[in-house]
Formats: sequence, structure tokens, C-alpha cells
Amino acid sequence: MSYMTDLKRATGHGSAREGTRRHWGMTKSSVALLILLPFFVFTFGPMLGQPHAEVIAYFARPFPAIVAALMIVVGFMHFKNGIQMVIEDYVHGTAREYTIIITTCLSYGAAAVGVFAIAKIAL
Amino acid sequence: MADVNRGNRPLSPHLSVYRPQLTSITSILTRITGTALLLAALLTVWWFLAAASSPEYFAVADGLITSWLGDLIMTLSAWALWYHALAGLRHLVWDSGRGLDVEAAEKSGVAIIVLSIVLTILTVLIV
Repeated sequence: MSYMTDLKRATGHGSAREGTRRHWGMTKSSVALLILLPFFVFTFGPMLGQPHAEVIAYFARPFPAIVAALMIVVGFMHFKNGIQMVIEDYVHGTAREYTIIITTCLSYGAAAVGVFAIAKIAL
Repeated sequence: MADVNRGNRPLSPHLSVYRPQLTSITSILTRITGTALLLAALLTVWWFLAAASSPEYFAVADGLITSWLGDLIMTLSAWALWYHALAGLRHLVWDSGRGLDVEAAEKSGVAIIVLSIVLTILTVLIV
């Protein structure tokens, strides 16, 4: 027989009362990415393997530059939140915290590099 | 009493004794593709950074992305991207309360696999 109370058993394991917000956040970014995706694939894709001057001229135009910047920012924020869910399911203990910190920093870092690069090309 | 009926309740299926089904495979593929897309995303950011830096640096990044290895990574990533997008769309439909019965879930599972392959072929042809 255990003397644990219901509260003791639930504390630290149950809802942190932020699940709904997280899910809603993923919903919003997923809809945004669904809209961005075809525009990005068919503007960025054809530029692979093109001469440097042509790539620079293309991403100096507003539409391709804005689509690419949005895709990188929204995509990496979606990745940051999505990978955190995956980590919370599969990684346990202190490693979980370290992994989440690393993927979060990587996501913000990569998004910043992408925006900087596109801004430098476009402006 | 706190611990009545512990150990005598339904548990999540253990993977080792879990028969793979279309629904479980399409589910885990969503996570695998989402995670794997990090590689293509980082390559893309690097490609932009190289383009912003100099023609010489761009030649290196662009050369790698359009090499056979780069083509392989980008083609598989295009499939991962379409698959993950369609699986996400499937989740949005589920979130609205539709298509949750087993038959509909299996149909939509087949649909996203077929559509993702079709869209990948289209992408390779157009891009």
C-alpha cells in the first residue's frame, strides 16, 4: 500500500496548463507555412545552381526576398517548438534541458543568419 | 485511497510488441521528416549567407548543394517537406473533428503518401 496522495502523484507529471497555447502556436505557424511553402519552393528552388549575379538580382526583388525571409523565420520557429515536443517525449533528465537549450539557440541563430543574409542581398 | 487500480489499467502499447500500421507509420514519419528537415534548412541558410558574402564563397555552397550528394539531400528534403506539410494539413483536418475514424484515417494516410510523392516528382521536374 502506498501513502502517496493523488496530488503528490500528479505534481510534476501532469498538465502544466500551457498545452493548449503550445498547440495553438503550432497550429498558427503550420497554417502560415502551408501558405508560404509553394511560394518558397518555386522561387528558391529554381535559383539553385544559377550564376551568383543572377541569384543576387533575383533576391533583390521584394517578393522572393520577403517569401524567403518569412519561410526561414516562421520555419525555424516552427522547428524550435516542434523539436521541443519531440525532445520532451524521447529525452529524459538533464539531457532534456541541454538538448532543448541547444535546439532553441540553433533555431534563433539560423533564423538570424538567414534574415541577415537575405537583407544584405536585398538592400 | 490514492493508488487503487495502479498497474491494472490500459497502458500505451510497447513498441516492441506493436504491429506497425499505416496510421502509426504515417504518424512517426511526420516527426522524422520534421526533424530531418533541419539539415536542408541549415544548408539553405548557409547558401543565402554564402550568396550574401562573395561570388567565391557562393560557388562553394552552391557547388555542394548542386553536387550529386546535394541533389540527393535536396530531393529527399523536398519529399520530406511535402510529406510534413500534408501530414500537418491532415492534423488540421483532425483538429476540426473530421476524419478521425479508422477507415478515414487510413485513407488520408494513403493520400498523403501518394500526394507527397507526386508533388516531389513535380518539384524535381519544375525546379
